Amino acid sequence: MTEHGQLHDAAPAAVPDDPAIVMRGVTKIFGPDPEAALALLREGRSKADVQAETGHVVGLDNVSLDIARGQIYVVMGLSGSGKSTLIRHVNRLIEPTAGEIVVNGEKVLDMTMAQLGDFRRNRIAMVFQKFGLLPHRSVIDNVAYGLETRGVGRAERLEKAAHWIGIVGLSGYETSRPRQLSGGQQQRVGLARALAMDTDILLMDEAFSALDPLIRSGMQEQLLELQSSLNKTILFITHDFDEALKIGNRIAVLKDGAVQQVGRPEEIVLNPANAHIEEFVRDVNKARAIHIRTVMEEGAFEPCEMAMPADARCEDVLPCFDQHEWVGVLDGTGRQIGRVRARQVIKALARYAPSNGQA
Amino acid sequence: MFPELIDTRPLRRAVDDGLGWVVRNWGGELEAAAYPLLMLLNWIERLLIATPWWLFIAFFVGLAFVATRNWRLPLVVFLGLIFLGLMQLWRDAMITTALMVAATLTAIVVSIPVGVWMSRSERVRQMVTPVLDLMQTLPSFVYLIPTVMIFGPGKIPALLATIVYASPPLIRLTDLGLRNVDPAVMEASRAFGTSSTQRLFGVQIPLALPTILAGINQTTMMALAMVVIASMIGAGGLGYQVLQGIGRLEVSRGLFAGLGIVALAIVFDRITQAYGRRIQERIGVGEVR
Repeated sequence: MTEHGQLHDAAPAAVPDDPAIVMRGVTKIFGPDPEAALALLREGRSKADVQAETGHVVGLDNVSLDIARGQIYVVMGLSGSGKSTLIRHVNRLIEPTAGEIVVNGEKVLDMTMAQLGDFRRNRIAMVFQKFGLLPHRSVIDNVAYGLETRGVGRAERLEKAAHWIGIVGLSGYETSRPRQLSGGQQQRVGLARALAMDTDILLMDEAFSALDPLIRSGMQEQLLELQSSLNKTILFITHDFDEALKIGNRIAVLKDGAVQQVGRPEEIVLNPANAHIEEFVRDVNKARAIHIRTVMEEGAFEPCEMAMPADARCEDVLPCFDQHEWVGVLDGTGRQIGRVRARQVIKALARYAPSNGQA
Repeated sequence: MFPELIDTRPLRRAVDDGLGWVVRNWGGELEAAAYPLLMLLNWIERLLIATPWWLFIAFFVGLAFVATRNWRLPLVVFLGLIFLGLMQLWRDAMITTALMVAATLTAIVVSIPVGVWMSRSERVRQMVTPVLDLMQTLPSFVYLIPTVMIFGPGKIPALLATIVYASPPLIRLTDLGLRNVDPAVMEASRAFGTSSTQRLFGVQIPLALPTILAGINQTTMMALAMVVIASMIGAGGLGYQVLQGIGRLEVSRGLFAGLGIVALAIVFDRITQAYGRRIQERIGVGEVR
C-alpha cells in the first residue's frame, strides 16, 4: 500500500462550500412507532436488535452526505441497503424519522406541502427504476408532464419536450404510447421527462437497472455525454458496482442503511474500508475503475513518446505498453505531470486479488 | 326452541311506529327530495319511447360497431333488438331501459365519489364496506316495503330499490381500480410535484377506467336483474309482463318478456364490455374483472 501515497492527488476538493444536497444524520425507521425504535437505535443497538425487539425496520441509519454541485454522486448498495429509501428523502417522497436535509440551501423538511410541491415542480427531477411513465399518454405528453404540472403552456412545453426527445434519440416516437417502446426506449422517455424540467438536480433511482446489459451500457455512456454539457448535480442510485465506477465522480457505499465508505471510485477500489466493500471490489474490473493518475509516478520526467490524459483508465493505457515502456500522463492543459509503466499498472490491478491473501 | 329471553314486541313496535312517524312527518319532504330522480326517469322514458325504433336500433348497432370494429357484436345487438320489436315488447323494453339507465346514471353519480373517498381513507373503507355488504345481501323486499310506505307504490321506490341494489359493485370496483393503479406511476407523478387532485384526475381515474367501466357494466346488469321486483311496485315494463304472465299462468307471456330482458342484458353487457376492453387496450394496463 506504500507506493500509493500519491493517491490523494490534485482532484477537486471533496466538499466545496456550497454543496447541492446535504444530508445530516438522516434516519428512517419504518413501523407504527418509529420514535421508540429510534431511541433504541440511539442507545447504540444494531439494526437487527431493533428489528427483533420492536418489529421496526431501520431503513436509514444516521446517514450524512455532502453532494457537491455538478458531479455524479453514486450511492451503491445491495437490495435492502436502503439506497432507494435514501434518494426518496431528497425530494421528501419519504419523510425521515430524524435528521436534516438541505437542498440548494433550502431545508426540505421545513417546507409546507405547498412549498414542497413548488420545490418538486421547479428544483428537482427524478428518473425511476420502473420508469413510472403514464401509460395513457403519448411519449411527447409524458416528456411534457413535468412542465405541464409546472403550468407551462401547451405549445411551449411540447416544443421543449420535442427537443429533449431528440436529444435522447427518440425522434419519430413522439406519438407512440410507452408500452409500444422497449425498456431502453421507455427509460429514455423517463430521462427526457426529467431533463425537460431543466433542474440543477437530477435524482436517478436505479435508472438503468431494469435494462439489458448492452442497453444499460449505452445509456450510461449517453448519461456521461449529456452530463459533460449539462453539468447537473446527479444523485444516482445503483446496486451495480461496475456502473458506480463507470459513471460516479464520487461513490457512497451503503449497507444496512448506513454509509460504509465515501470516496472517489479509485479510492474505494484501492482502499476498501471493510470486508463488505472488498467483496464488491474483488469482482470489479479494476482496469476500468482506476485512473492512471492514481498509479503514476509523479514528477517532471523527460517527455514520453506516448502520452495519455490523467483521466484515462488503466484499460485505456494497457495497449500502449505493447510499443512503449513508459507512457506520459498529461493534465488538462496537456502538460506532462508524470509517467506510468506496465509494472505500476499491473500492481494496482493485482493488488486485491484473492491469491494475494489481502483482507 | 331457543328460549324467549327478551320480549321483542316493544322493539318491533318501536321500529314500526318510527317508520310510521317518518312517513307522517317527513313523507312530503322525502318525496320532494326524490322528485328530481322521477323527473330524470320520466324524461329518459319519454325520450326513448319517442325515439323511432329504427333510430334506436341504428344507434346501438353503430355503438357496437364503433366499440369493436367488426360486425359480430352489431349483428347480435341487431337481432336482440329486432326480437323485442317482433314480440311486441318494444314499448315495455323502452320503459325497462329507461329505469335501468336512470338507475345506472344515478348510481354512477353517487358511487364514483364514494369509491374515490374509500380509496383514499382506510377508515372510510372500513365503514363503507359493511354497508355495501348489507346493501347486497339484504333481501330487496326488506327495504322495498318501507320505501313503498314512504313514497307510495310507483316509479320512485322502484328506482330507489334498483339504485340501492345496483350501486355496490360500482363503488367496490372504483375503490379497487383506484387502489390498484401502479404505485410506480403514482410516485413518479408525486415526484413531479402534482397535487392529490391532479393525481386523481390525471393519473388514477384514467388508469382505473377499465375497472370503473367493469363496475358500470355490473351496475347495468344488476339494475336489469331488479326489473321484475321493481315492476311489483309499479315500475311497468318487461318486468310487469313477466309478473302478469305468472299471475295469469300465461307461460308464453312470461317467457317472451323474460327473453326480452335477456336480450336487453346481452345488448348492454356486450357493449359496455367492448368499451371497457377498448379503453384497456389503449392504456395497456389494468384489468377488467
